[in-house]
Amino acid sequence: MTAGASTARFPGIGMLRETGKLFALGLDVGRGIFQRPFQLREFIQQSWFIASVTILPTALVAIPFGAVISLQFGSLARQLGAQSYTGAGSVLATVQQASPLVTALLVAGAGGSAICADIGARTIREEIDAMEVLGVSAVQRLIVPRVLACMLVALLLNGMVSVIGVLGGYFFNVVLQDGTPGAYLASFSALAQLPDLWVGEIKALIFGFIAAVVASYRGLHPPPGPKGVGDAVNQSVVITFLLLFVVNFVITLIYLQIVPTKLG
Amino acid sequence: MGAEVVIEGLTKSFGKQAIWRDVTLTLPPGEVSVMLGPSGTGKSVFLKSMIGLLKPDRGKCVVNGVDIVQCSEHKLYETRKLFGVLFQDGALFGSMNLYDNVAFPLREHTKKSETEIRKIVLEKLEMTGLKGAETKLPGEISGGMRKRAGLARALVLDPEIILCDEPDSGLDPVRTAYLSQLLIDLNAQIDATILIVTHNINVARTVPDNIGMLFRKELVMFGPREVLLTSDEPVVEQFLNGRRIGPIGMSEEKDSAQMAMEQEMADAGHHDGSTEDVRGVVPQLQPTPGLPERQGVRRRKDRVMKILHTLPPAAQEGIIESLTPEEQRRYGVQPHAYAGAQHATRPVASGSTPSRHSGELPTENIAQLPDSGWNGPAPRPQPGTGGPRHQSPRPGQGGA
Repeated sequence: MTAGASTARFPGIGMLRETGKLFALGLDVGRGIFQRPFQLREFIQQSWFIASVTILPTALVAIPFGAVISLQFGSLARQLGAQSYTGAGSVLATVQQASPLVTALLVAGAGGSAICADIGARTIREEIDAMEVLGVSAVQRLIVPRVLACMLVALLLNGMVSVIGVLGGYFFNVVLQDGTPGAYLASFSALAQLPDLWVGEIKALIFGFIAAVVASYRGLHPPPGPKGVGDAVNQSVVITFLLLFVVNFVITLIYLQIVPTKLG
Repeated sequence: MGAEVVIEGLTKSFGKQAIWRDVTLTLPPGEVSVMLGPSGTGKSVFLKSMIGLLKPDRGKCVVNGVDIVQCSEHKLYETRKLFGVLFQDGALFGSMNLYDNVAFPLREHTKKSETEIRKIVLEKLEMTGLKGAETKLPGEISGGMRKRAGLARALVLDPEIILCDEPDSGLDPVRTAYLSQLLIDLNAQIDATILIVTHNINVARTVPDNIGMLFRKELVMFGPREVLLTSDEPVVEQFLNGRRIGPIGMSEEKDSAQMAMEQEMADAGHHDGSTEDVRGVVPQLQPTPGLPERQGVRRRKDRVMKILHTLPPAAQEGIIESLTPEEQRRYGVQPHAYAGAQHATRPVASGSTPSRHSGELPTENIAQLPDSGWNGPAPRPQPGTGGPRHQSPRPGQGGA
């Protein structure tokens, strides 16, 4: 009997239970990815939808982000007399840290909230129940394509943000801080290395997964009523942001331990 | 033939609040059943537990040998394909038009070509009176149309079990009557087991073969329609007649003080909300002429006659009266067996006698020839003296 488990009461049990269910959904999705039939149509539609709501805001955020890093690092490097490393520093920061985070924040904020609202509305209108009753797994039919779409879009956006961020950094450094274009470009590979790009893309993938799973989970289990869906969207974005920064911290830590820095 | 659903000791609670306890019933295959109950007694929760959308705390729900409560996810999805469920508000997919909604189960579960799908979908849409509305989105049509579209979608896979959550809510009386007829016709055509959850008395009186009622967190009764329709149970009586006097209050139960006060007011001439006593067995809805006979009716008759002696007298009376004279002879029973003493010892004509009367009147109300011996067999001696309430079928004859 499950009576013992379900009647246990101590502070924080609710949170633990929710976390457990979130992980369970994550596992279900992971399993669902490999189950046939794959919902290609839904996947393409969702990818297109998420891309269309995230591309422009991401690009607009990426330019000032790259610029800020570049300006900050540029002035710091000048004080230390390491001007020739400006480009190297800003590329490293952008590719390894800034761009996956920017990407994830926008995928969570724009794409995740839309997913959560969509699934939440379907849940309270009993569409999810109806689908389950028709013998179609909602996780397989709706959630898996959305999670994969989020991951794909995050991966592609990450590339775009890296490029735009570096270009923005270049522009501000060269035009506003009188940096030398040649030095900026030449120092690209002084600090940064290929694994930095890899880890950036891996992060983007993981962040996309987290954003979509959290959004779907909140959407599948909203508080009752239409207001509940609104609350669920709100919570999903907040929870995703919190998770993202924690996970980012962990991945960065592991990465720095495993991959030696170039200027060791 | 539809599948049998056996529910044993099903119990559900949300947190500390119990919804219902120990619900045990069997939906006989191919028969139409209705679950009644005041609002908020967990009728919808019951439906959802039956199909595994909600997990009951205890109990079993066995369909085709698969226990929905305990079985694996894979089995659950397989078993669900046997079900067609009509949700309260239709639960259509908001992003698809009616055609795609109805085609959805076919596209997901079958390898039919689009032309075949088109044929089936249009047929079901016409059946539910939605021809011409295929391209409408669920948001653009009325609640009644959504409900009918939901039914069309529930029917495309030719389910063995159809569950309807309040098919009448939001429908006008005429459409409700059409929907009732549709369900009966469906049952005649595909012989599916049907469970309707409702609080529409008219539907409950005319549509089902079996009626159950949920109240005070329990299944008050479940059995042949005659049992509930003739019941003296205060809850059932109050519910059927829709009046305020009785155990059901505005919030589910009421206390004795409130009951006494209301009774006083009613005695003083205050209207109690009801119109007339609608208890009693009314003729059941029949399939549209031209459709095959409902298989469930015949099976049910045999089943009910077997358990007849266990039913309350009023119900027995109702059941016997609803039989045709030939059937009464076949099962060896007669109406008013205990009401009129002079008939108690009257011999029962055996099945060999051809029917001379095809009217609706109970046999003893029909003018009879003086004892001329036309009915061949010797009079059957009646055991006991008090006039038995019904005559049990003679061995080897009644169950034929």
